[in-house]
Order: sequence, then structure tokens, then C-alpha cells
Amino acid sequence: MATEAPALPAGLTKGKRPPGLIADRGFRVLALLAGLTVLVILALIAIYTTREAWPWFSAERLGIFSDNWDPAHNQFGAGGLIYGTLLVAGVAVLLSLPISVGIALFVTDVAPQRIRRPIVYTVDLLAAIPSVVYGLWALFVLAEPLANLFQSLSDATAGIPILKTLFANPSASGKSFMTAGIIVAIMITPIITSITREVYSTVPASQKEAALALGATRWEMIRGAVFPHSRSGMVAGTMIGLGRAMGETIAIALVVGASPRITANILGPGDTLASIIANQFGEASGTHRAALIGCGVVLFAITIVISMAARAVVSRADRRSAGTA
Amino acid sequence: MTAPAMPLTQSTRKGRREVKNALATAFMVGSFIVALVPLTLIVLYVLRAGIKVFGFSFLTEDLPFSNRIEGGGMNAAIVGTLVITGTATAMAVPLGILGGIYLNEYGGSGLVARVVRFLADVMTGVPSIVMGLFIYTIWVLPRKDQGLSGFAGALALGCLMLPIVIRTTEEILKVVPEDLREGSYALGCRKAQTIRRVVLPNAAPGIISGALLGVARVAGETAPLLFTIGIVSQPNWNVFEGPNTALPQQIYINASVFGGFDAAKDRAWGAALALILIVFLFTLIARVISAIFARRSAAT
Repeated sequence: MATEAPALPAGLTKGKRPPGLIADRGFRVLALLAGLTVLVILALIAIYTTREAWPWFSAERLGIFSDNWDPAHNQFGAGGLIYGTLLVAGVAVLLSLPISVGIALFVTDVAPQRIRRPIVYTVDLLAAIPSVVYGLWALFVLAEPLANLFQSLSDATAGIPILKTLFANPSASGKSFMTAGIIVAIMITPIITSITREVYSTVPASQKEAALALGATRWEMIRGAVFPHSRSGMVAGTMIGLGRAMGETIAIALVVGASPRITANILGPGDTLASIIANQFGEASGTHRAALIGCGVVLFAITIVISMAARAVVSRADRRSAGTA
Repeated sequence: MTAPAMPLTQSTRKGRREVKNALATAFMVGSFIVALVPLTLIVLYVLRAGIKVFGFSFLTEDLPFSNRIEGGGMNAAIVGTLVITGTATAMAVPLGILGGIYLNEYGGSGLVARVVRFLADVMTGVPSIVMGLFIYTIWVLPRKDQGLSGFAGALALGCLMLPIVIRTTEEILKVVPEDLREGSYALGCRKAQTIRRVVLPNAAPGIISGALLGVARVAGETAPLLFTIGIVSQPNWNVFEGPNTALPQQIYINASVFGGFDAAKDRAWGAALALILIVFLFTLIARVISAIFARRSAAT
């Protein structure tokens, strides 16, 4: 933290104003205002989007949660969209989390010092590929083999009770909840990796060395020293990844199949809050447009709750470790 | 002397532990390889499919009058991406640096700074499409026909960049040695002078590299531009007036609406190649700057 500049001796300030004081105060105020723009922008987002979406909220009331999105018949229930958003993000996190944890451990505890930085840069490159390019690739390259895979998966599990419904009615085009989940999983891997990696690197070397000195293998050391120390950080990282996955738009809009519905068939087409805005906003007007902006408001609310929860997990852990230190 | 049974069980136990350890290690190495597969596949595919249409004329010609026909270039979209991202950077970076200065140099751990820090984190998590809707409702809608412009898109991208720049600036300022500030105070400098003449120059490479990473991130954004910039087929250098276009938007339109036409498909891949080149270039410059910075601070 910064030290305060020492006050000038009293004699110097006597009579006229000391030189440069106004500029000094002015800079401080300027910096404060810059910081406060964040607050202003967030407040404006909430106010303006809610205002434009109001016709939808007041017309549908709790109907906004029903599963009947049908612009042709003026029905705008976002239940299927909220479901799709949660499902795609859930699939993405389930797929991405083990891989991200694996990479993070590989970087902090396994890879030779020399190649750690190159590995980090390589994984970060995944974050540099734009969302729309992921979507393009998923649509024109990945979808076709996935459609075949989904079909055989569905055939193979036709007799097994739960999997039967889960994998029923696979999408023939390859556009599905699952396809979107897979592509989003790739996109959030660098984020979850970098957060978990940072958490792992704060584990005291003495604890790791103590575990190894007691004869633990590297895996036992990770389970005994690294994981317990990093649990809350991993939870927070996962939640931030979840938030990103829910806000992901363009890649999902290209491959999710654009059919809003609540269904257990994860290999079939669906839709999400963000992707329906991208796909329908251009030709929307009236209540339809208000409903789409309303979808944005719902999404905004969900992601804010997730950021706050992630933050709460971290600060609770901070307090706990501060207490024991 | 140990009983013969003892070492035997110990060695099988040890064997199982070793196997578990080897499996875990294999999983970690495997995870990295799994992450490499999509990266390599995507980059190679974009190169292969993009190179078909990529060339001088692709970079310099106007968009064709219909997405279904062959020919034409991405000139308008490249110009749009550069002016929109540039304008967003010009707005978000100075503001973000000032905000970062407030957090680290003035606010510290006070209530206001804690709130701003928290809100910056929340704002980083706001989906880009919501930012697009926000600018649509606050800027585009009140201006009716004049609303769609590069500037509206730049506002949306700027809002996405701002919290990133604030937090990276704060992180960089944190590692500027306290001695430098105290030395400056001892020479009679005021706080603002100290920040501008001592702290910022010291942190500049880190801040620049952080800002460039922010630029790279928003340059590829599509969602905030969908209902803020409109569309044109000829380059529009005027960011404040008239509709504009951008590479991500062209990729999206050519892939979604016209995805059934080969010409549009090829154009989408070509635009993807151009966009990836731009984004990787920014990322690379940022990395080089931060690497030089790291070496220099290691030397001192």
C-alpha cells in the first residue's frame, strides 16, 4: 500500500497556498472519479435495460419463467432459455474443470521449470481465439463428426434406463446443447486454469516439502497439501468459469440449434438466453424486443449473483486463513 | 531383522501408491495434450480454409453487394475493427489506468476502494451481449436512425475493457517498490508528481502489456457489435457517423445467415484468419513487452 506524502512544515503553508497543492488534490479527485465510473456504468446497465424490458416483465409477470417462447404467437416465456443457459454452462464446467485442474497441477508441480512459461502461454492462446471463430469451427468442422457420434451414442444406450432419455433424439445436424457445451468448455479452460494455477502457486513450499519428506508420492502430496489449501480458490475459479460460460453468446448461437425448450435430451437442439438475443434481435420489435432485452436483464442478474458468490467464497476463506495465521 | 511378510506387503502397497502417482501424472500431462488438440486443430483449419481467399485483394477490396456471390474483400471490416477497437482503447485505457491508480495509490483498503474493486470484478463478469444491449438502450435507441455507428460499438467494447484495465493496472502498481515512492517524497515531490513521474514510468511496460491483452480480448468480440454498429460494405473511417462493420460481425453473418453458400463460407474463414492474425499480433506484442519488463526487473 502507498505511503501518504508527508505534510509540509507549517511555516511553508503560511500566507499563500503552497505550490502545486491544487493540482495534487485535482489528480486525486480525477482518479477517484475514474474509479467510480465502474459504479455508474453498472447502475446505468441495470436501469436502462430494465426500463426497456419493462413491457415484457409487466405483461408476462411470472410467465417469464414458463417454457413457451413463440414470437409468432406473441408468447415469450424464457424458462427454456434459462434452462438451456444453465445446462450448457453446466456441461461446459463439468468437461473443463478436470482438464483445467490437470493443466494447472502439471504447470505448478510436474513440468520442468524451463517449459512452465511456454505451457502457460500456449494455454492462454486458447483465450486469444475469438468466440466467433470457435463458433465457425464448431459449425463447419466439429458438428458433422459429432452428429455421427451422437447417433451411435444414442443407439448404444437405447436400452439403459436413464441414459436412454438423456441421449434420446440426437440432433442430425450436430447442433445441440452438448455441442455448445463442448465448445464453451474449450473456451473457459484457460480462465479456470489460470485461476486454479494462481491458487496452487500460493501453497507454501514448506508444506509440500514436508509431505514429500514424510514419504508421500507427488499425487499424495497434491491431495494432502495442495488441494486442502486451495479448495476455496478452486470453487471461486469454477464459479467465474461458470459465469463466463453463461454469458458466452456467439459460439453458442451458431451451434446450439436455436430451439428454446426444457428437455432432458442433451444431444438435441436447444437455446440459451444470450444466443437467442444474438439470433432474434435483428428482426424483433415491440414486446418481442422487450422480451429479448429482458433476457439480457435475467442474464445480467444471474452473472452478478455468481460473481458475488465467488467473491464471498474467496473472502470467507481469506478470513479463515487470516485467523489461523 | 524384519519379518519376511512385512516388506512384501509394504512393497505391494508402495507399488499401488506408485501406480496411482503415475496415473495422476499421466492425467496431468494428458490434460495439457487434450487442451492442445482443439488449439492446433482450430488454428490449422483457419489457416487452411482461410488461405484460399486470403490475399492482397481480400484485404483491400470492398465487400461484395451480396454475400452469396464470390469475390470482394474484407477491407471495410478490417477498417471497422481497427477504428472501433482503437476508439474503445482511447476511451477505456486512460480511464482504466486512472481507476487503477485510485485503487492502489489512494484508496488502498478503504471502503470506497473495496467497493470499486468489487464492482470492477463484477463488471468483468458482465456478458458482452448485455454490454451490447446496454449501449443499444442508452445510446442507439435515443438517436433513432443516427444511432448505429462505430462509436456506439466502441462504447460497448470500452465498457468491456475498462474493468480489465483497472484491475491489471492495480496489480502492476502493487509491485512497484515502495522505496521509489519514498525517495520521491524525500525529494519534496507531491503525491501526484510522484505517481506521474516515478510510479507510472516504472509500471509502464506492465500497464501497456495489460492494456494490449485487453485490446486483444475485445477485438474479437462480436456480441456487443451486433446491434450497435449496423453494417456497411465500403470502409467507413468516420467512427462517429454512419454505420460500420467489423471482422467478427462479418464472420458471424457469413457463417449463420449465408452459411449455406460456399462463397460466404470461404469469406468467413478468410475473415477469421485476418481476425486471428490481428488478435495474435496484439497478444504477441504484449508478451514481448512483458518479457522485456521481466528481464529488466530481474536484472536490477
